[in-house]
Amino acid sequence: MSLITTSVTRARTRGQGATSRLLRNPLGVASAVVLVLIVLGAVAVPFLGLPDPGVADLREALQASSTEHLLGTDSSGRDVLSRLLWGARINLAGAVLALMVAVLIGLPTGLVAGYYGGWFDSVANWFTNLNMALPGIVVLLAVRAVAGPSVWISMAVFGVLLSPSVFRIVRAAVQGVRGELYVDAARVSGLGDARIIGRHVVTVVRAPVIIQSARLASIAIAIQAGLEFLGLSDASVPSWGSMLNEGFRRIFVNPSLVLWPSLGIGLTTMALILLGNAMRDALEDRGSSASVRTGRTERIDAADEGRSSLLSVRDLEVSYGIGDAKNTVVFDVSLDVAPGEVLGLVGESGSGKSQTAFSVLGLLPDGGWISRGSLRFEGMELTTLPPQQRRKLRGAGIAYVPQEPLNNLDPSYRIGYQLTEPLRMAMGMSRQAAKERALDLLARVGIPDPEATFRAYPHEISGGMAQRVLIAGAVAGKPKLLIADEPTTALDVTVQAEVLDLLRDLRTESGMGVLLVTHNFGVVADICDRVAVMQSGRIVETGGVQDILECPSHVYTRTLLDSMLDDSGDVRVYTGPTEGEAS
Amino acid sequence: MTAPASLLKVEDLEVTYKGRGGRKFQAINGVSLAIRPGETVGLVGESGSGKTTIGRAVLGLAPITGGRIEFDGRDITHVSTRERRGLARDIQVVFQDPYTSLNPSMTVGDILAEPLLIQGWTRRDAYARVRDLLDRVHLPADASSRLPREFSGGQRQRVAIARAVALGPRLIICDEPVSALDLTTQARVLELLIELQESTGAAYLFVSHDLGVVRHISHRVTVLYRGDIVEQGEADQVTARPEHPYTQRLFMSAPVSDVAEQKARRRHRRQLATRGDR
Repeated sequence: MSLITTSVTRARTRGQGATSRLLRNPLGVASAVVLVLIVLGAVAVPFLGLPDPGVADLREALQASSTEHLLGTDSSGRDVLSRLLWGARINLAGAVLALMVAVLIGLPTGLVAGYYGGWFDSVANWFTNLNMALPGIVVLLAVRAVAGPSVWISMAVFGVLLSPSVFRIVRAAVQGVRGELYVDAARVSGLGDARIIGRHVVTVVRAPVIIQSARLASIAIAIQAGLEFLGLSDASVPSWGSMLNEGFRRIFVNPSLVLWPSLGIGLTTMALILLGNAMRDALEDRGSSASVRTGRTERIDAADEGRSSLLSVRDLEVSYGIGDAKNTVVFDVSLDVAPGEVLGLVGESGSGKSQTAFSVLGLLPDGGWISRGSLRFEGMELTTLPPQQRRKLRGAGIAYVPQEPLNNLDPSYRIGYQLTEPLRMAMGMSRQAAKERALDLLARVGIPDPEATFRAYPHEISGGMAQRVLIAGAVAGKPKLLIADEPTTALDVTVQAEVLDLLRDLRTESGMGVLLVTHNFGVVADICDRVAVMQSGRIVETGGVQDILECPSHVYTRTLLDSMLDDSGDVRVYTGPTEGEAS
Repeated sequence: MTAPASLLKVEDLEVTYKGRGGRKFQAINGVSLAIRPGETVGLVGESGSGKTTIGRAVLGLAPITGGRIEFDGRDITHVSTRERRGLARDIQVVFQDPYTSLNPSMTVGDILAEPLLIQGWTRRDAYARVRDLLDRVHLPADASSRLPREFSGGQRQRVAIARAVALGPRLIICDEPVSALDLTTQARVLELLIELQESTGAAYLFVSHDLGVVRHISHRVTVLYRGDIVEQGEADQVTARPEHPYTQRLFMSAPVSDVAEQKARRRHRRQLATRGDR
């Protein structure tokens, strides 16, 4: 898993800031330009020398576009362009007010509720739920009835109504970061809570709040225009909603009176939403489509002799992305696994060992593809196999045991269901037969009480038990080849020893071949027949386990073996406190 | 030579976590240990043994429900947040996961300067010290302006170590500091920790699940099993000739990179298991 994460992040973070990612998104740029133009118009309108938006001149009513009135006049003879821009001022200011109120209420309460939890969290949640249950429009109508037709009061109240969505997003983000080790480290450094929130927590909250703000602003604009359209706001102030109202009354006389305010409202809300989406993509870093595109495998002509009948890999090359973005992570890997043989694939993180294993499974992460080489399983070429047949092969022919057992079990289903489901789907067993087989398997992998484990949820069992369950699931289809990716790394040593015993017994019983990915030479010595050592995407040495461990020929293998700390080396001797800068 | 007094003394420590619905879980049931100045005490155990919890209790990050912790003769079992800030100068930590222990949005320089600025250093002094720290953990000086994600796991752990030694502490809690690292990196980071201990005289409480790693760095070793100490003694004895059956099982379970030796261990371990030591 380690390598996949590193190479994927490397591909994603290569010289890309959030801003430059945003600038490369055409929709994002277009919506930002539209918004900037609208805001500029609204800000600059007093200096444009346009006619007063409020001055009615009935002699000039309903005129078409002219040099004096660029967009014509309305039924009272007021200049449409001037009203449109002054309206933009009101609508944008209203949206900003609502947004500010929402953020001012939602952000601090969300921070405190998320960071401290406890009674404040309960109280804040209660108020939030109450607030969300209120019918917003009814509240706004009531406010209008009590406080009069002021746009500012109604938008401030609307801001309060919007605050739960800020509160919730902030609270969730803070709860996520509160458990991070760097927050603990800050606490150990002596930082007070206020500093920790200010320095370490707010940065995490920033992106989601910015994104949410764009959405909330568009909602605020739509709601404000709606209120104005219904005539609930101060009619003497020019606004998009009231222009729309007026335009509707004259729609048969001059349809353009509807067009302009609709365009204003539509363009602004649309631009806000699209900009919000673009910012989400940029800030949350969804990989661009170029890096997940894959190409075609280049065939090679490999001689048939010397190739194993079970699994044979020749000149495997694995890449991420295509064209200029292509990043090759595995080069010229050739290996064979014979029936009943355990081949250890050893290397450090980034060596390409997991990538090689995933290629055989046909489960490379998004953007990963086999750019060259030949993979043969029982004489069948895997690189040209259609995905559907590939899928059939997994489970029945090739099985997989992952590194993190608990992450690979679905927490919301019982273990029994997760074990019997594939048996019923892939092998067409009846419910009863599948259950019997699953219980058999659970007993076989050394689970003391199979019935109880069958009924349990994944969180109710330990990591070692979970790994046994996954091994039981993997061997359920009687596979010929088992691919185990660091199957014991997440386990305690005593459990690791038992799981290795289990794998050894299963191998002897069924004669399946095993491709074991590991970084631990102890595990290799324990279970492997042959070893392939990988470094930076290449195999540097292959051989029998004894040869490699006792007289490695490659310098890298020697370095790895020398780095092993075991129970024979010298120990340190305590000679009393040493003089140092601390004492 | 008289034995120097203990720097850290933990007596009958009990830690109890409160779960949902008032359920309680006692993670530590009365553990006592002591660390002398400049000494490394290794704390070994499997998951659920409470080894990490002891470290967190010393740091004030775990709920202590019994016993006492004494640092340099002073009771620090329950200290206020302000006193804890003072203790930050003396007790520091290196966590296991170098990926989540550094704030991804802060530069390495800011991460290292933060504890110094809190203690009232001026910006100039703090950033000068940061350059010195980077040098001491063998990172290039330009690392200061870069973000954690630009570094490998081993380099990030060096940053975390630099942050821990920034204030010149007398005790560093090392919570599985090399477990997430590759073999070769692991060895180099351990060398760095030993080198820093020799030059600063800081004591380490070194938590790990790996007997080999603990043997390499510790003067004395304590073995924990489900919140209790099962064996305590000199590093060589505990890690090579363990006396308690549990430690023996731990010892025999750790695979070695020698096929014949590993086969012998496997046999031995199975014998232990059939004898029913569990």
